[in-house]
Amino acid sequence: MTDLAAVQPSVSTTYTGTPGVPPARPDFQIVPRKGLPIVGVVFAALVAAIVANKLWPLVFLHVAFGAAWTIVDLFMGFVIGPTMGKLPPPARIEVATRLMPKMVLIMPTVVTVTLAAGWQLGMLMGTVNSSYYNHAWIVASYIVVGFMAVIALGLLSPANIAVLSELKKPKPNPAVIQKLMKRFIFAAGFTGTLQVAILVIMTRIRVG
Amino acid sequence: MSERTLPPVTQLAMTSLALILIGGIYLASHLPQQVPLTPAWILLGASALLLAVNLIALSRVKDFAWKKFFAVGKWALLAYAITAGLIEFAFLRDGMSGGPLVVLTLSIIIYAIHVPVLIAFTVAQYEQ
Repeated sequence: MTDLAAVQPSVSTTYTGTPGVPPARPDFQIVPRKGLPIVGVVFAALVAAIVANKLWPLVFLHVAFGAAWTIVDLFMGFVIGPTMGKLPPPARIEVATRLMPKMVLIMPTVVTVTLAAGWQLGMLMGTVNSSYYNHAWIVASYIVVGFMAVIALGLLSPANIAVLSELKKPKPNPAVIQKLMKRFIFAAGFTGTLQVAILVIMTRIRVG
Repeated sequence: MSERTLPPVTQLAMTSLALILIGGIYLASHLPQQVPLTPAWILLGASALLLAVNLIALSRVKDFAWKKFFAVGKWALLAYAITAGLIEFAFLRDGMSGGPLVVLTLSIIIYAIHVPVLIAFTVAQYEQ
């Protein structure tokens, strides 16, 4: 009789590979160079929008990139994170080597464009002025974004780069990767929760 | 995985970043009014002090992977200098000047130094 346990996919979180042999992983670039021109174009568009100081480009950049930031944080924190946590380490490494380099470019770009375009939009519309009737909500958004910035800069970005650096080694240490990924997923989940607060604040400001 | 005794670089850096953010929120929440800059200067000074403490504490660590630290740090510094430049550009474009501009510029400099230090430290601490 076939041993079912031998053919069913493992959902164990413990390393099941050969002891002493690091899990195989594909080659990758920590910062994907192919993506750098795209980042350059996005930053050029941001500078152009700030210089032009017109309503539509600023609204477009703030809303589009703000939505991307919110969705990525929520998806990473509440969907990808828990899913990765249940994968066996070799599969987790496969996902990480493909996902994390993209995050190195996506997150700083999305955050910078959202905040810079948002600030310029606020200056143009006068919503950042203390005389604005919804000023308390605007200040609340500063505070929530401040929390997210500290978590993203202090925990998310360093963990992201450190995971990739570890994966680049000839013999990556699964325990280090697991520790850093746990930190990354926790930080993503926390910022995802704060993104819900941002959604509440922004929709509240929009309806007045 | 061997745990080494290292200074609390991450905790200090996050506190330092939080202090300059609080200063920035204090200034931004009073726009366009002129507000006393003393609280913002105190927060900036405390943040700069934590940056200095972090750098000194880090420099005293023996057998640290400095090669890796600087290899990662220089590229992180370049990346964060670009984002810092974009933020500064937005402030200048909006006609910010005087004391608030000085406080915010110095805050951005701390951000552009402390974040790369933090990234480089996190990577280097796991280097054998």
